[in-house]
Amino acid sequence: MPSAGFDQDSNEVTPVSIKILVAGGFGAGKTTMVSSVSEIRPLRTEEVLSEPSILVDDLDGIEQKSTTTVAMDFGRITVRDDLVVYLFGTPGQHRFWFMWDELALGALGAVVMADTRRLADSFPSVDYFERSGLPFIVAVNCFEGAKRFRPEAVRLALDLNPGVPVVLCDARQRTSCRDVLVTLVEYAIHLLSGADALSAP
Amino acid sequence: MSTVPDEWLDRDAGPVVRPYALTGGRTRPRGESFDLLAVVGAAIDVRSIDRMFLEPEHAQVLRLCRRPMPVADLASDLDLPLGVVRILLSDMRERGLITIGKPARTGLTDQRILKDVADALRRL
Repeated sequence: MPSAGFDQDSNEVTPVSIKILVAGGFGAGKTTMVSSVSEIRPLRTEEVLSEPSILVDDLDGIEQKSTTTVAMDFGRITVRDDLVVYLFGTPGQHRFWFMWDELALGALGAVVMADTRRLADSFPSVDYFERSGLPFIVAVNCFEGAKRFRPEAVRLALDLNPGVPVVLCDARQRTSCRDVLVTLVEYAIHLLSGADALSAP
Repeated sequence: MSTVPDEWLDRDAGPVVRPYALTGGRTRPRGESFDLLAVVGAAIDVRSIDRMFLEPEHAQVLRLCRRPMPVADLASDLDLPLGVVRILLSDMRERGLITIGKPARTGLTDQRILKDVADALRRL
């Protein structure tokens, strides 16, 4: 196995770190998901102030969440001593897009959280990951009181490519969120084996 | 869009603006940029330097990075905004106080590691 990290610290193993993004519209359940499945850590970013004129979130149809912050959702899952999965919740609004390119670099993939009450809010995230070529799946957060949709209906509504997995989840449930992450990793493996097949002589 | 000429300096902005005092007001890091998961390690032992020559935050970084850790974890432990931490780290790198490695990316193209990750997640 190739060594990673510092050469000078060859006797100390630097963990392999896997980065997964959790994207989606405001209030779609990103924060809930990250805190359900990982050890959350406070992480702030401040560059939001570069566009001070759009600090107000649109709260139509979302009664529970009254404020938005410049805090990022950041969580760590220590899978093993030498393997750590990092989750970064990326705000879906356009004013945070400066962060996306940097976060997407070297990421394993992304989970786009979708709220069926405001499905259009996940368009920008889906669009972004389609263009960047980063593997992504769509996790439909089954909010209480929201009408249930079949994954196929969501796929159609989001106009997703046929291969992109769509799963239903409950962002409050650790096991449900874990299954979402497993689906993403398996999808990444699937894409990788496809790429291998194509590049094979 | 309504205009909010001075609103970004209201009380909500207080803790956001102040940390830039640590950076001398600079908002951009020097030198080669680094990833959020880039691993930061202390290049020297903090106990070996006269504290007079170190900013308190630099000393804190050196203490935290005795065991190398990713930028994002460091920012979280320091409780400072990411942009500020980037500038601190780039300054410290310039002074030879720390090294900033590349994040370990082997996992992304190695199916074996990815299968490992999937299996380990399933067991959580």
